[in-house]
Parts: sequence; structure tokens; C-alpha cells
Amino acid sequence: MTNQWDSTSEHLLRGLAPQVLGAVARRFRDFSSAEDAVQEAMIAAFTQWPQQGVPDNPRGWLIQVASRRLTDQMRSEIARRERETAVAAETESLTSPAEIELDMDPDDTLILLFMCCHPALTPSSAIALTLRAVGGLTTAEIANAFLVPEATMAQRISRAKQTIKASSIPFRLPSPLERTERLPAVLHVLYLIFSEGYSSSIGSHLQRFDLAREAIRLARNMKTLLPNNAEVAGLLALMLLTDARRGARTGRDEELIPLDRQDRSLWDREEISEGIDLLTAALAKGSVDLYQLQAAIAAVHDEAARAEDTDWPQILALYELLKRVAPTPMVTLNHAIAAAMVHGPAKGLELLKALDRDPRVASHYRLDSVRAHLLEKTGDHQAAIKHYRIAAARTTSIPERNYLITQAARLAGD
Amino acid sequence: MKYILMMNTMKAGHGVPSWPKKDLQAHIAFMIGLNKELHERGELVSAEGLSFPDQAKLVHAGKDGRPVTDGVFAESKEFLAGFWIIDVDNPQRAYEIAAKASAAPGPGGVPLNMPIEVRQVMSGPPPEML
Repeated sequence: MTNQWDSTSEHLLRGLAPQVLGAVARRFRDFSSAEDAVQEAMIAAFTQWPQQGVPDNPRGWLIQVASRRLTDQMRSEIARRERETAVAAETESLTSPAEIELDMDPDDTLILLFMCCHPALTPSSAIALTLRAVGGLTTAEIANAFLVPEATMAQRISRAKQTIKASSIPFRLPSPLERTERLPAVLHVLYLIFSEGYSSSIGSHLQRFDLAREAIRLARNMKTLLPNNAEVAGLLALMLLTDARRGARTGRDEELIPLDRQDRSLWDREEISEGIDLLTAALAKGSVDLYQLQAAIAAVHDEAARAEDTDWPQILALYELLKRVAPTPMVTLNHAIAAAMVHGPAKGLELLKALDRDPRVASHYRLDSVRAHLLEKTGDHQAAIKHYRIAAARTTSIPERNYLITQAARLAGD
Repeated sequence: MKYILMMNTMKAGHGVPSWPKKDLQAHIAFMIGLNKELHERGELVSAEGLSFPDQAKLVHAGKDGRPVTDGVFAESKEFLAGFWIIDVDNPQRAYEIAAKASAAPGPGGVPLNMPIEVRQVMSGPPPEML
């Protein structure tokens, strides 16, 4: 008996990946091999299910394929080592899929998230492993999202697993204290996946896998597993409130449209109201963190029907708070923009001066682009043109560079 | 973040190094080893060596839009011998790889310390967040 493959099937299949991996890894006591075996089972499912239908027990199907693969591998290893037949008989008893299914733990997805986002891993390897082991993506899909060869991505994942092995990271849920300490690292990986997806959603790479949606799915999943965690809710809210503007962010020729000139009727109302609900509930819990504050700022923008209706004093107050929670130069930069909107461009320009001495941001294009924007508002077009052009030379984004040189050209043509 | 590492070589001797066989072999083995290392670390996007400038042509469109080719660019002292495109976590790692490539062994096994031009590959704009 099977069911028709439809638009929800892919979602179902990817959601099963970490559950199946958890059970198989626990039973075979080998995370690395289990992860490879589950990847093969996923590929088999993606190949067979759309044609043959979704099996009645999709989880059991995946466990069966993955554990068969692992058993075969163990058998051939055993044969190679010429072990006693008693050992071979023992592995036979390890492989009943129904029994393995009983090994499932509702916390498996969380265990895997903490494992794949372990601080021992570099950001790029944590991202790759999380997408495969927790997200249920295939290596080819991940490689496509990052525009690198599949073999390179496979190596990155395999190295990540070697690091986990070498660091003896256990396959279990970290203690509550450890979880609190390591949660920021997990959220940061999801944030990076979102950010990568959001920035690559512009440009000619239309066939790229949608990582922003994937990050939202993972954050949503995490929210289900940790329903009372305000930090997780804050991150999910931030993603939704940012993603809501995606359709308005670029024009017909893929040119960037800044927030104040976007067609707000194109913003996704559903994402906005979900984000605001999540944020409201999270803020009610008392403490505020980096993601909640950023989400709150995004929400104030999203709630304004027209750009001129934006509650800038409110945004300025939120940036004052954010400066205390996360005193980074980018926060100072955004704070200066908000201050300029409330107190005039001269005030903003004055605040930017502090950043000229900060080596982390002094030669960053954003400083010049904000300065150019504020100079334009003061009416100093010559200085604005100069800084738009400096910013254009410094950015590493083509749409952004196009935007900045166009701004300079617009002023020069006046 | 992606970077391109461009290896520029002096044009002297039309680029074909007239080194002793064992030095050439050591150089080739070094380059193969470097590519293998970058692949194994999951950092290699692509690596290509280019043909020698003897075969290079300068092409521009003629008035009718058809290609007009010139011979080699005799005036340039350096030419691009090859490049790597890598995907790494930070610029420091890109510089580290460039330094390694730069120190490829030359005649007598002495490091060449050739200049490697490192340029970031453009990406999409970040979200309007922090």
C-alpha cells in the first residue's frame, strides 16, 4: 500500500531524516556511518517515492534501507577481518527495522542539532552537516545552494564528521546547563543558513536551493521542540519578518530596492503576522536578546503602511537597547541611521565619526554607503557621490554595487 | 566566502620553465598535492592551469561584429599561469592558501615565492539585518 507523492511529501521526507538518523545512529553506535546510510536512504526515497508512491510507513521504509546498508557494510568489514561467525550472527540480530524504530527518541532532532552545530566545527562545516543530517538535504542540493562541486561538499561533510569523532562528542542531549551555553551556537548556524539563502535569492542563480526557506523550516522545527524558549522564537520571528519583504526587495531587472521605496503591498502579510505573534509571546517572557531585538526592529518596519509612517523613535529606542546587548560596529551604524531619521542627518553623521577609528568597520562599504546616504540628505551631493563610489568599490555584492553606482550617477546627473 | 587566487608568472622563456627534470617533477607533485589538500578540506571550487601565452590570442570585435584576433601580447611582462577558486570561512584562510601556493618549489627545490593575486568573488547582498 502506498500513497500518492504530492507537494507535502518532500516536507514529510525531510522531516523524517533526523528521526531516522537518531534511531539508526543509536542502534549501530556509529554516527558517521549511520549518517552516510541515512543519506543513501534519502536519495533512494527521492528517486523511488515520486514514481512508486509514498510507503504506508515511510519511517520504517527509511530505517530499513539505511540499516540494510549499514549491515551490509558491517558484514563486509567483518569478512575482511575474518572474524568468528558468532560475531556475524550478532550483527544479524541488530538489524530488525521494527526494533530500531522503537529506539526513536523524540529528542533526536535536538540531539543532532546540538551535535552538528558543535563549536568544535567551523561555520561552513557545521552548516553543511546540519543541512544534511538535520535538514534531510542531499549533498547535491547543499552543493548547489553554495555553488560548489558536489565532491567538495561531500568532503566538507565527511571532515565535519571526523571532527565530531575526534572530539568524542557524545550522541546524547547536552545537560540543561550545557544546552543554555551552546544554544547561541546552534541559533547562529541557522541564522547563517538563512542569511546565505536570503542573499543568494537575488541574481542570476535562480536554480539554487532555497536555503532561506530551509532555515525557516529548521527554526520552526526547533520552536516545536523547545516551545518555551524565547531565543528560538526570536530567531524564527526575525527570519519571518525579514523573509516577508523578499518579493519587494528587487525590481524587474534584479536591481535592489531599499526598504523606504519598496512596494509594501508585495510584503507577505502571513509571514508578518506570524512573526509578530511569535515575537509578542517571546517578549512577554521578560528577557531580550540579539534576535528578539532585531526581530522587533524588523516588526516596526513591517507594521508601517508607508515608509513615512515608520515609527523611527521606537526603532531608535530598540537600537539603544541592542547597543547594550550586542555592541558591534554594525549596530552602531544602524543606530546612526535611526538617530538621523529622528534627529536629522547631521546627528547621524556625527555618530558615524566614532566608526572611522574602528578597524572592524572603517573600510567596510556599509559605512561609506550610510555616510553617502546621510550626506545626500544634508544636500552635500559632491561628498555623497564620493562616498557612494567608495562604497561601490568596497562591496562584495554585485546587486549592491550596481545600486551604489546608480545612486552616484543619479546625483551626478542632477 | 569565495576567493580567486591568481598565479602570475614572469613571461621569461615563454613560461616553459627550463628546469632540471627532478625540480619540474617536484613542482608538479606540489601542485597536485595542493589541489588534493584543498579538495579534501572541502574548500576547492575549481582549479585550472592555463596554456602558455604562445597560444594566447587577443580578440576584439571588428566593425562587422566578427572576431579579430591579434597575436600574443608581447608587451606584458607577466601572464596568468593558472587559478584556484576556493570557498573558505575567512580571508585569513584564503591568504594562507595563497602563501602556500606561492612557495611552490622551483629550481633546486627553492620556494618560488611568486606573487598570488587574491580577490574575493562577488556574492549576493546580505539581508537588511545586522
